[in-house]
Amino acid sequence: MSGGLDSRNKSDFDQTLDLKNIKPYGDTMNDGKTQLSFTLPVPCNDEAIEAAKQLMKKMGFENPQVVYYKELTKGFTFFNCYGSCTHTVDHTAINVPKVESTVWDMKETDDFIKEQIGRKIVVIGASTGTDAHTVGIDAIMNMKGYAGHYGLERYEMFEALNMGSQVLNEEFIAKAIELKADALLVSQTVTQKDVHIKNLIELVEMLEAEGLRDKVILVCGGPRVSHELAKELGYDAGFSMNSYADDVGSYIAQELQRRQNK
Amino acid sequence: MKRTSKLGLDFNKVDKAKKLAGNIADEVQKFVENYTTVSVERTLCRLVGIDGVDKNDVPLPNVVVNMIHDKGATGQGILYYLGNAILETNLSPQEIAEKVSAGTLDLTKLSTYTLEEIQNAIMPLVKESVAKIKANVAKRNDYINNIGEGEKPYLYVIVATGNIYEDVVQAEAAARQGADIIAVIRTTGQSLLDFVPYGATTEGFGGTVATQENFRIMRKALDEVGEEVGKYIRLCNYCSGLCMPEIAAMGAIERLDVMLNDALYGILFRDINMQRTMIDQYFSRIINSFAGVIINTGEDNYLTTADAFEQAHTVLASDFINEQLAVLAGMPEEQMGLGHAFEMDPELENGFLYELSQAQMLREIFPKATPKYMPPTKFMTGNIFRGQIQNALFNEISIWTGQGIQLLGMITEAVHTPFMSDRYLAIENAQYVFKNMKNIGDEVEFKQDGIIQQRAKQVLDDAYQLLSEIEKEGLFDAIEKGIFADIKRPKNGGKGLAGVVAKTENYFNPFINLMKGEQN
Repeated sequence: MSGGLDSRNKSDFDQTLDLKNIKPYGDTMNDGKTQLSFTLPVPCNDEAIEAAKQLMKKMGFENPQVVYYKELTKGFTFFNCYGSCTHTVDHTAINVPKVESTVWDMKETDDFIKEQIGRKIVVIGASTGTDAHTVGIDAIMNMKGYAGHYGLERYEMFEALNMGSQVLNEEFIAKAIELKADALLVSQTVTQKDVHIKNLIELVEMLEAEGLRDKVILVCGGPRVSHELAKELGYDAGFSMNSYADDVGSYIAQELQRRQNK
Repeated sequence: MKRTSKLGLDFNKVDKAKKLAGNIADEVQKFVENYTTVSVERTLCRLVGIDGVDKNDVPLPNVVVNMIHDKGATGQGILYYLGNAILETNLSPQEIAEKVSAGTLDLTKLSTYTLEEIQNAIMPLVKESVAKIKANVAKRNDYINNIGEGEKPYLYVIVATGNIYEDVVQAEAAARQGADIIAVIRTTGQSLLDFVPYGATTEGFGGTVATQENFRIMRKALDEVGEEVGKYIRLCNYCSGLCMPEIAAMGAIERLDVMLNDALYGILFRDINMQRTMIDQYFSRIINSFAGVIINTGEDNYLTTADAFEQAHTVLASDFINEQLAVLAGMPEEQMGLGHAFEMDPELENGFLYELSQAQMLREIFPKATPKYMPPTKFMTGNIFRGQIQNALFNEISIWTGQGIQLLGMITEAVHTPFMSDRYLAIENAQYVFKNMKNIGDEVEFKQDGIIQQRAKQVLDDAYQLLSEIEKEGLFDAIEKGIFADIKRPKNGGKGLAGVVAKTENYFNPFINLMKGEQN
């Protein structure tokens, strides 16, 4: 295939990196090369392939290539495609809200809590609503943690309770009151029809109704949750993929200290 | 028969472990036999022909059972009251249920007939029901004999659009691509409903509502596509949660072929009361056994919370217990889809060898069973390209060790419910590996006392040890102490305990003997 798919002459475009106008990189700066796959609801024939190419042009790809296609079932054709993206993004103008805290390991966080807070921090966590997935909350809270990062249960200075999955918001709040929790962790994995958003908002509203919202550090997490979304929904912080107990633990410790010093 | 082991397994120890598991199951059974539950009673309503909902969408089986439950009369059993009402009114169970629903009939306030008269009134309906299920088994066997079935490991894929009609499109596509079993994932949270919704449904979260009409729609579609592709396509659903035996009955009536049906799963992962689950699982397994349904147990789920390497023995111990509980329900070994999973951390050195060892071990310990092998889920990420390789390694072990049901891994496991194309890529992956490595298990032996043999020995030893402890404690107490999946559940906690009732003197459930008797 070498060269066969690359019909663009490399001298046709400027190969200097321009952060104001970035585009995908295949093997040459600014070649815009992108791989994508999708299924079209049409039978597999020449017209289907042409439709895939035209669709890619509408998506902003030059020189669209259908490199593989296969009829999945009558009337549905799957495509693997490559193309050169014509759009660019100004990377210098991007501003992504982030959780503002330093990430420490378990010992550093424990030491900080001993010195600055002087008592154990009480944290409860759950996968709330109808969500039955515990992978996220377990990764953050369980003793063993995930991918070599110990969970909050292992920390000396966290009193951590993982309530598991399918915990009703009512139950969750009742437990928070009972244990005088400093921080609440909510995990949401199922996102079909935005069920996670409704559930996250409901918890905030219920906490506000109980007059508890400002008394706790409220954190949510999940593969489709971002810090930006979390703030928008009324949470203090949101953690997405590739977050571990280290991130969550050090954030809670620092945020609690900030609030105490106010 | 001399049993041989590629792993150098100590079959004496295996036998002793089965004995321990048998004792554990017997102890549970002593408790189970004295109790019934509202879901068992609703199941009996369904089996004798009560279906439909009232004007508030409450299923009529619930309406009828709630009536006697509210009056503290569940211990007599619903068949007692239905039989009595038939004698009094000369109506069918469905007509009786409609009158109860309309508020014009109180089952507990009729003149009472003798137990013998009541049983005579109900038995023709019971026999009719049993005959209907038997006819379904015959129909399945006809299909398999006439149009054939896929080779094992069966390729098992899920559909989960939330809309039964869209599910049909996905399922037909999967069958044409080579799938042998279609599982319709249930909508999130259905296991905690104490009733089974009614009718065809088009809305669900992360899955589709399990209803009898949805079962019927999918069954019909799979029969048709089965004829087209020249093999019987099996249909799977979830016989778990608070309506476990009801779903079993609905599946038996609509000819489902495979059911998730674990004795412990609901207790551990849905916080359903353990007494409720044990009673429900017994009757559900009797129905599944009789209906020729392969049950899938849920041991793989332990490993989504506990570590797959460290906790492998809990999976094996649970398989031993699930097997013995199924034996008590009269289940043939071939219908036991004992669960296990490929869930070790991909970063673990020699992880493949450990997985291979454990899969081979399960095969040798339960040689006649149809083990259900679950794909990687916990360590699947958005890196779908690595995911495809993880799934390929999983497929290699399955063909190598001769698993029964291969639950195909999806590259987008960590991203979304599968696209049509994800399923195609998964089936292609499995077919490639299965064909390319078909006889590797016959060709390759394992090094004596090498990593693979040692691993199996270790897991069996640990499982034996664990079973000894559980046998001493009893299963209920062991679960209270958090012996499985690091999860603790109290005997009187969890959902559904209010639906557990001690049987009283006149209680009868003729399905148990009829269905278990038919097996022998």
